[in-house]
Amino acid sequence: MRHIISLLLENEAGALSRVSGLFSARGYNIESLTVAPTDDPSLSRMTIVTNGSEEIIEQITKQLNKLIDVVRLIDLTLHRHIEREMMMVKIKVAEAAQREEAKRLTDIFRGNIIDVSQDTYVVELTGHGSKLDSFLDALQDFSVMEVVRSGVMGIARGEVALHL
Amino acid sequence: MSESPAKPTAITGAEIFVRCLQEEGVDIVFGYPGGAVLHIYDALYRQDKVAHILVRHEQGAVHAAEGYAKSSNKCGVALVTSGPGATNAVTGIADAYMDSVPLVVFSGQVPTNMIGNDAFQEVDTVGITRPCVKHNFLVKDVADLATTIKKAFYVATTGRPGPVVVDIPKDVTAQTCVFEYPQQIKMRSYNPTTRGHGGQIRKALELILSAKKPILYTGGGIILGQASGALTEFARKLGYPITNTLMGLGGFPASDPQFLGMLGMHGTYEANMAMHYTDVLIAIGARFDDRVTGNIEKFCPYAKIVHIDVDPASISKNVKVDVPIVGQVEPVLREMIRELESMKQEPDQEALAAWWKQIEEWRAKDCLKFDHESPIIKPQMVVQKLWELTGGDAIVTSDVGQHQMWAAQFYRFDKPNRWINSGGLGTMGVGLPFAMGAQFAFPDATVACVTGEASIQMCIQELSTCLQYQLPIKIVNLNNRYLGMVRQWQEFFYQGRYAMSYMDALPDFVKLAESYGHVGMRIEQPGDVEGALREALAMKDRLVFLDFITDQTENVYPMIPAGAGQNEMILV
Repeated sequence: MRHIISLLLENEAGALSRVSGLFSARGYNIESLTVAPTDDPSLSRMTIVTNGSEEIIEQITKQLNKLIDVVRLIDLTLHRHIEREMMMVKIKVAEAAQREEAKRLTDIFRGNIIDVSQDTYVVELTGHGSKLDSFLDALQDFSVMEVVRSGVMGIARGEVALHL
Repeated sequence: MSESPAKPTAITGAEIFVRCLQEEGVDIVFGYPGGAVLHIYDALYRQDKVAHILVRHEQGAVHAAEGYAKSSNKCGVALVTSGPGATNAVTGIADAYMDSVPLVVFSGQVPTNMIGNDAFQEVDTVGITRPCVKHNFLVKDVADLATTIKKAFYVATTGRPGPVVVDIPKDVTAQTCVFEYPQQIKMRSYNPTTRGHGGQIRKALELILSAKKPILYTGGGIILGQASGALTEFARKLGYPITNTLMGLGGFPASDPQFLGMLGMHGTYEANMAMHYTDVLIAIGARFDDRVTGNIEKFCPYAKIVHIDVDPASISKNVKVDVPIVGQVEPVLREMIRELESMKQEPDQEALAAWWKQIEEWRAKDCLKFDHESPIIKPQMVVQKLWELTGGDAIVTSDVGQHQMWAAQFYRFDKPNRWINSGGLGTMGVGLPFAMGAQFAFPDATVACVTGEASIQMCIQELSTCLQYQLPIKIVNLNNRYLGMVRQWQEFFYQGRYAMSYMDALPDFVKLAESYGHVGMRIEQPGDVEGALREALAMKDRLVFLDFITDQTENVYPMIPAGAGQNEMILV
């Protein structure tokens, strides 16, 4: 099953490689991994999307907790939660009809056009991964030059929170 | 007018390093100097509280520190230089990681401004060791040095112990700073559990008391957690059969009739059969290693399982557990004994008597029998004689292979910390440096290294260290001119195609020992075994290398072949 695991870890050199090294050494899957410092500059927050049986996921959370740099951990999949991913897509829009269609699709998906050049648009879109997939499907008639996705980040709904 | 308070003086990183070791109560460091650690060696030279033992290879330094730690339950300390010093230490660090040995390994590093430039003797020590340490640090500022060292010792020795590497660039050891050693350390991300959950303990005891065919299966955690006293009391109170893993030998007295011997691939028939048919398995400080379980699909098919361990990640890793208890084994066992005393319930004596009757039938197979009349020296006989002549009270180290299994089977350990071997990583070459570490920890103890002609050659250079420090180790070399365990598998599973397992061109070990300034003996007749051992053990101040020429065809029995269950042993 797919799980989203969020962790707070010491914002120190090498912390990221301890986590990624654990996954490769023990043969666990990583679908996506994002990391950035939090409001507390001594902490980073990492979101890992992984796959595995319940036994594997239990081992993953235990092994992550065992890393000295991991301060707190939550398996968001066990709680009501929100997940989001951001994407930027660069498409060719040489003709007026293409520009119109691109604008229309972007509005439908509640995205933004954030860069315009003679022949290209960059569309920014945020949402669940499946929404981003659908947008890419909808761009079938366009020449897509570049796609960049942030990987998933997530947060629990309501009172549940990952903090110190 | 009052005097202004004396300004605390700044000292160098190298001096801080030495002061930290003194503050930690470290009395011995095993190491080897080099460019990146010259400042540190100079600071060690100018003091006399911390002894430094010069080994002949960095692998020997780390293994010696392990031997010291495993025999004394103190933290072992090793010091190596950058680059090859650090890479040579990696085998020892990985060995300590697999067997949870509390160790702090200090490595020198090139100066901070040269890191990443492929400088002379530079390697990414923190990167190389990351997968085989409990934690590691690179110290980039002398102001962080003392706190980092404090953290290193704290992490290495608490919770499930393990090796911690502290990588120190050369310029950090030259910079100065006021020395202040933190008396206590708190780490928000590291807080190991000590006491077990009360509810889980009661639940476990109810299950344990309901058992008809119980067995206690205990491992290295009993030794590391200094819990053999509590375990012995708990086991005797229950009257249940008990088996130890390779790492757990000595956790319960081997001469006690409740003891079924070691379990696993080369464990006893009675221990493995009891494991297979048990209805309640009580696992304490053990990790369900594949050498113990055999085929995991066939493991303990009738059992409910209680598992006590300080490491939550060890629980339900290989085998699903019914009642987990996370905590240090010693306080958990003590609490279980107290609870047991306050409970009205008793074990089912009738069921237990029937279970013991069954176990005695298995025991009657005498699975460790061997030919006592052989005209060629049987390796088992050598270990048995060693046990008899040392009254079972020697510290015995081993290398890896057949001799290791015979030592585990035939030297009956009644006390913890007497049996020192490499269980998890299975590192050939550890025996001699382990023995050195143990002899430094216990200068008056009889320390015997049971080894083979192949393993001993992997760290043979340490014979020189043994001479320098006058270590009276007794090396019991079971010389069968083969990589015995490899040969055994080739005989069983490769139709006798002995690829690269014959040890050709062996040195004359007697002359070799003598050239290092030690005593060498070659023993070829079974009738000479006892006399030679007596003579060697009587030489209290000399290292004696006993080269026993043993039966080349002897195999380790019994054996669970790969893929089989614990009830499918090959007997002699």
